[in-house]
Formats: sequence, structure tokens, C-alpha cells
Amino acid sequence: MNTAQNTGDALLSLKNISLSFGGVKALTDISFDILKGEIRAIIGPNGAGKSSMLNVINGFYHPQQGEVWFNGSLRGPLKPHEIARQGIARTFQNIALFKGMSTLDNLMTGRITKMNTNIFWQAIWKGKAEKEELEHREKVEHIIDFLEIQAIRKTPVGRLPYGLQKRVELGRALAAESKLLLLDEPMAGMNVEEKEDMCRFVLDVHEEFGTTIALIEHDMGVVMDIADRVVVLDYGKKIGDGYPDDVRADQNVIDAYLGVSHD
Amino acid sequence: MNNPAPDALDTFPKLLIDNARRIGDRPAVREKEYGIWQSWTWSEVKTNIFEFAAGLHTLGFSPGDKIAIVGRNRPRLYWTITAAQCLGGIPVPVYSDSVAEEMEYVLDHAEVRFVLAEDQEQVDKVMEVSERLPKLDQIIYDDVRGLRDYDKTQLHDFTDVQKLGREALTENPALLDAQIAAGSGSDIGIFLYTSGTTGKPKGVVLTNDNIIVTSRNSVKVDELTEQEEVLSYLPLAWVGDHIFSHGQAYVAGFCINCPESEETVTTDLREIGPTYYFAPPRVFEGILTHVTIRMEDASPLKQKLFHFFMDVARKVGVKILNGQSVPALDRFKYWLGNLLIYAPLKNTMGFSRIKLAYTAGEAIGPEIFDFYRSLGINIKQLYGQTEAAVFITMQPNGEVFADTVGVPAPEVEIKITDGGEVIYRSPGVFHSYYKNEEATRETKNADGWVMTGDAGYFDDNGHLKIIDRAKDVGRLNDGSMFAPKYLENKLKFFSQIKEVVTFGDQRDFVTAFINIDLDAVGNWAERNNIPYASYLELAAHPEVYKMMAENIEQTNADLATDSKMAGSQIHRFLILHKELDPDDGEMTRTRKVRRTVIFDRYDVLINALYDGSKSAHIKTEVTFEDGRTGAIEADVSILDVKTFPAVSKSA
Repeated sequence: MNTAQNTGDALLSLKNISLSFGGVKALTDISFDILKGEIRAIIGPNGAGKSSMLNVINGFYHPQQGEVWFNGSLRGPLKPHEIARQGIARTFQNIALFKGMSTLDNLMTGRITKMNTNIFWQAIWKGKAEKEELEHREKVEHIIDFLEIQAIRKTPVGRLPYGLQKRVELGRALAAESKLLLLDEPMAGMNVEEKEDMCRFVLDVHEEFGTTIALIEHDMGVVMDIADRVVVLDYGKKIGDGYPDDVRADQNVIDAYLGVSHD
Repeated sequence: MNNPAPDALDTFPKLLIDNARRIGDRPAVREKEYGIWQSWTWSEVKTNIFEFAAGLHTLGFSPGDKIAIVGRNRPRLYWTITAAQCLGGIPVPVYSDSVAEEMEYVLDHAEVRFVLAEDQEQVDKVMEVSERLPKLDQIIYDDVRGLRDYDKTQLHDFTDVQKLGREALTENPALLDAQIAAGSGSDIGIFLYTSGTTGKPKGVVLTNDNIIVTSRNSVKVDELTEQEEVLSYLPLAWVGDHIFSHGQAYVAGFCINCPESEETVTTDLREIGPTYYFAPPRVFEGILTHVTIRMEDASPLKQKLFHFFMDVARKVGVKILNGQSVPALDRFKYWLGNLLIYAPLKNTMGFSRIKLAYTAGEAIGPEIFDFYRSLGINIKQLYGQTEAAVFITMQPNGEVFADTVGVPAPEVEIKITDGGEVIYRSPGVFHSYYKNEEATRETKNADGWVMTGDAGYFDDNGHLKIIDRAKDVGRLNDGSMFAPKYLENKLKFFSQIKEVVTFGDQRDFVTAFINIDLDAVGNWAERNNIPYASYLELAAHPEVYKMMAENIEQTNADLATDSKMAGSQIHRFLILHKELDPDDGEMTRTRKVRRTVIFDRYDVLINALYDGSKSAHIKTEVTFEDGRTGAIEADVSILDVKTFPAVSKSA
């Protein structure tokens, strides 16, 4: 197995993570890292523990065992608002946007952790608050331009087709200007054309902003095309880790995907 | 820079210098970016263009070189046109939605050395075919996104080229002056490729005079000033956009506005509120369809108000616009209607400030035409073509009719040949077709008369009426005239019908292919609880067939009253299983039907229309946007329609 030993540049290191819900072991003794500036894919069959892994990474789940090193320091249990402020943004498998709000407003919520004025100034919208909002709006407008969603700027997201909602969600995660971007099945439920678009956006985000990206994906073709390195989970255990070509050739991975019976 | 005022403003660079001097602080270009309308004044535009031109010079662009411009309407793309002309070069705008092979043909035929591509998509297309373009030297792009990792030896950022130019101009401020001063009106200004309704596109070579003189004449007729605002949203490669957004803008000094993206045009139109607007009939049709659909979903009170005041408008609106006398009570009702309905409606459509709107390219439905005019929107028709630098006829104020295209534009002479073809001579008459002597000779005779290929005649009040393409006008077996376009346009005036192709030349009777309008019919289906999953399914629905049969029957009844056209009533029709699409070569990029392609692809269906069968099976290849192909298979049913005996119109 080809585990990259490049911890000097690691943005996030997971060491011997185990997570269980009561008697259910979701993750068992998993270690891997995400290097600065790479696209890291987490793949595996249904129920392999991919989303749990993502929830551990962003601090939403706290593993019973193991260590999470983020940005050079060991991370303890986090409160929800700390999760948001630590510099990890994410999208969700089943889209978690504010359906009644416009695309623009949804993106502005992505900036919330960056806002410094208090509720009083924001309510009367004068002075510092006004200046601050304009700055945030400018950042958001760059993202709108980047994702080519100008035409739906003022449309309530609930009225948008699924593929566009996914794009808005990516936009909101981008608006947070995080160090690490987690994408939970960004291409799920999309047609080929939408998938191609999304791939291009993910690659462009990576190229343009240099964002480190970790993504979960089912579509092996997509993963092999865009990921720098891939980690493979199955039944909560890590069964593969390395460059796409190596992973593709790994017998364990092939077995897991083809459904060879486990003893 | 200290430029001497040119004595004659016969080129675009000279006009630019003059505008920057006279109205330097007025906006020349706006573009919506990052949600805000950014604007550039004429002096800023001049600086930008000069810097870019000097940069091109540094990259080796020399007089006579051609630069292709590929992309949608953006300020830098417009600037490139003038920048190339500053260096004695020739800009060649290319339709941005053409696929790589179509683009290859134009780039190869025009022998371009430089390409200005809008973004990664266009750069990729050019690079895909670049191996087969030996003349191609440098590519410049406007938007850097996705292009950071590309090999940059022959690829440059627009701003970097401008930086090169800035350095060159600091060293030698008079770098461009000699070349600009040497330019004259008779120089080749631009190549505009026709969309190729028949066969390969032809490169229409136009001189500076062609564009500038016709622009000047039309600006004068319509009294356009530097105060106008236009929305530049039609393809740059199309002669109309070149005249309306470039020629006239430079001559009159008005401001052009570039939309934020293709999808935001309607919003941008509303925000800008242009005073001068051009759109092909389908755009006006589309807006009206949209309004109708939304009104059907409005509350009963609003619907009542709308219909009441639209009746008032229909009755007196056009008269008021034409300055005719109208009873005081009607005038009051119209005033009230304006307050409650027309003004808000115009605001939603983006026509609040409109002084003048033009439509051309296809016939416009009389109801559509009158709808806009009754609201007080001065919409007029013109007749033109690329070879004429647009203007052949224009409609003077007060003499605007839906079924004619107006009187000859200034300095334009028109004749009708014995064969019924319209021919003209004007200052806008093109120089030649690039590298196609033969076609030039066929189209333009030694005296400078140009064959339009359109059949038409002058009606009693001296207005030109176009019936069809001269070569498309055929005969039925019984000898009566068959003008397919005339029939098709008549049918397309039904909002449920998007496209029609009729057949009848050397046949016993007339038949038709129909494309339904998915928006209008889809909305109708929704309100009538007719479920459907795709165009294919909706098109094949018996109720939709019934509706189309009713439309055709109504048209037949109307045709029966016209002695010339009574024989052209439609006997049988079918609804096509797919929409006609430029990507499949069935239409041109400007959405005109390519008849020969249709005859070829659908001969199974055409035969079925004439052999009496009730349905036919068809398999068609389709091309997706990314160039891959697939196939659609369907059973298409055929329906007979009631026809009427010819009656002579009383009165």
C-alpha cells in the first residue's frame, strides 16, 4: 500500500480514529492525512463510513479513540460555533440550504463567521456594518461570477433544479474561505453534463483559490480523474490509500467494489 | 497622447479619437460584472483600445493581418475590433456557439494569424483545431479562469498584452498615429461570415465606408443621439450587432451595455431600460408569450383589468402612437390604462424608456407587432442583409405596417427584376466575398446591383413586401404558386407553434412539419392536467395534435380567402419528434431552417405525408452540445386537416 509519508505538509492528520454509535462500529482504527493543496478523495461502498469520516474531520462527531491534527495542532472536542470558525467548510450529501432564501442570501450566510460588527450596528446598517457588508458582498459576487450563477442570484434556492442547488451549496462553502473544503458527494444525482460542469468547478476552485479539498464520491470515473490521492474505506476500515492508479489496481479495493464475500 | 484631429472621420480609430475628444466623459461601454454595472467612458475606451493595439503590435500584428474574435458580447471583444483596425488589420468575429469544426472553417478560410478568445471554452475549441491552422500564431484570452496551467508560449492574457502596449506607448507615444492617419474609408474594415443558410458560410468583406456611411445615414433618419442606451446581446459576428452596437454607437457616440451572462439578458434589459433596441421577431414573440403565460396565472381581478385595458390599447393605442385623432374619452381610458397596466407592463419587459425598437430577419406576426405598438412602443421593421451592411428598407414614423418592410433607406436604390427578385444598390454594398470571386459575381453585377434572392413587390403605397426566398417559391402540380415561407410564417404566428416546414413544390397538395413551442404548450398541458416527461411525449399527445389541427384549419380558412394562396391550404401535417436544432445542422446559427438538410434527413416522413399513411417510423441522429452524438427514435402520427373551397373576399 502506498501511504504518503509527507506529514510535514499535512493540513489534517487522522491518527488511529475509531468511532462507534453504541454497539455499531462506524470507523475502526483509521489513519490518513490530507496534504496542503491536494484533492483527496474518500471512496467506498454504501455504509463504508465515508460520511462519518467527514463528520469526524469537521469536528461534528468526536471519535472515542484517536487524534485529529488540524493545521499543526491537536484538536479537542468542539462546540458547534467553534466547528464553523476553525476553517473547514463543507457541503452535504442531501443539500442543506435555506430553501426560502435567495442564492445571494445563502451565499452571504457563508460569510457569517467573518462578520465582526454586532447586531446593533447591523440592525441600523450604518458605518462599519455597512462597509463590512459591502466587502462581504463583493467576495460573494466573485464567487457568483466564478460559479456562473449570475442568472439565479435573486432566485429562492428552493425553486432551483437539483444540480444548481448543489452548485449554490458549493458557493456557500467557498464563501467561508476555508482552509479545507469538504464535499459530500458533490455529483450525486446529477446527469453527465452536470457532473462534467461540477468537475470543472471543483478543479477550477482548486486551481484558482488553491483550496485543499476532501471529497466523498461514488462515481469512480470522477474520482480517478480529479483526485490527487484516494483513501478507500469498507465496513469502517481503511482498505486502500494512495494514488488513483495504484488504488484502481489494488485487489482489496476491487474485491470491496465487486462484493467478494467477507469471512 | 496628443493626436491631431483627423480631417475626415472615415475609419473607426478616427471616430474613436474624435469621440474621446468631444464626449470623452460620456459612458461608451457598460458591462455588468460582480452584480454592478461597470462603465468605461469614451476616453477610457480609447486608452484601452490603444494600449491593446500597441500590445498587438509588439506581438507582431502587422497591417493586413486578421484577428478572429470569438465570444459573447463583452467590452474587450468590441475593443479588439477597433484595435485591429488601428493597426490596419482586419477583425473577423466568429459565432461563439459554433462547434470546433465550424470555427475551423472560418479561421482557416479567413487566414487568421491572431485569435481573441473569450474564455477557456473558446480557447479549448481553437486549440483543438489549431494543428490544422498553419497560419495561426497567437491566442489572446479575456477571462483567465481555468487557463492558469496552459502552455503560455502562444497564449496571452488580454491585460498582459495591454501592459506590453503601455510600455511600447511610453517609449513611443506616436506608435499608432501614422497607421491610423493612413487608414481610409475605402479600406477593408471587417469580415463578417454569413451564417450559411445554404452551404458553407461566406466571408462578406465590408469596407469602412460600408459600415460608417450606412450607420451615419440610419442615425440621421432615426435621430439617434449620444444619449441612447442599447443592450448588446446579439452575436458579435452578426452584421446587425456590428451596425447597432458598433457602427451606430461610434457614429452617434451612444453607450452600449453588455449583459452579465447569456441567461441574465432579460434582467439586464430591465435594469438598463434601453432607449433603442433591436431584436429578431422571436424575441418579441418570446416576451409576449411569457407575458401571456404569466397573465393566465394572475388573479381574476388582475386578468380583468389587463384584458379591459388591452382592448382599449388595441382600439386606440396604435392611432395615438401614429399621432392620429382619438376621442377624448378613449384618450382618458388610454391614460388610465397607462397608469395601471401599460407602464408597469413595459417596466417588467424593460421597455420603459424605449424610443425606437427594430425587428428584422423574419416576418413578425401582426398581433405581436400591434401588441407592442398599442402599448406605445415604437417598434418598426427593416429589411436588410449582411451584403448591404444591414439597411435596404426602413419604415418611416407614421407609416409602419406589419406586412411590409418599408421604403428604401437613404441612398438605397431598389428594383424588382422580371423574375420577381428584389435587387438593390447602396453605399453599404459589400466589397466582395472573401476568396470567392465566383459567388461575388453571381451576387453583385458590374453596375453594383446586388441580388437579394428574395421575392417581393412594392405595394400600392410604395412599401416593399417580401414573400419568400426567390428560389424557394415553387409551384404545385396544378400550377398554383407555393411560397413555403409565407405559409410557415402564418402558422408561426400561433404562440403554440415554434417552427414549421412546409412542402408542396411539384406535389399535389401542401403538407407541413411542426415543432411545438415547449413553453406555451407545456403551460397549456399543465393547466389541462396533461402529464408529459419530454418534448417527444408532449409532441405526440393526441390533444396537442388536435390543437394543431385547429390552428391549421383556421389558417386554411384564412388562405381560402386569398385567390393567390387558396391552393396552398395544408392538407396533412405531423408534429416532429424533436426540435429542429442548429447543432444538428437543421437550422443556421441564426435559427433559419435549412431546407435541403430537412429534405435529406426526414425523407421518410415527407414520403409518409404523401403516401396516405397514418404514421411513420423515424430514427434521427442528434448531436449534443459537447459534440457527441446519439439517436432518437419515434413513431410519428400524421393527421389530415379540413380544407376550404376558395372564396373571393367581398369588399
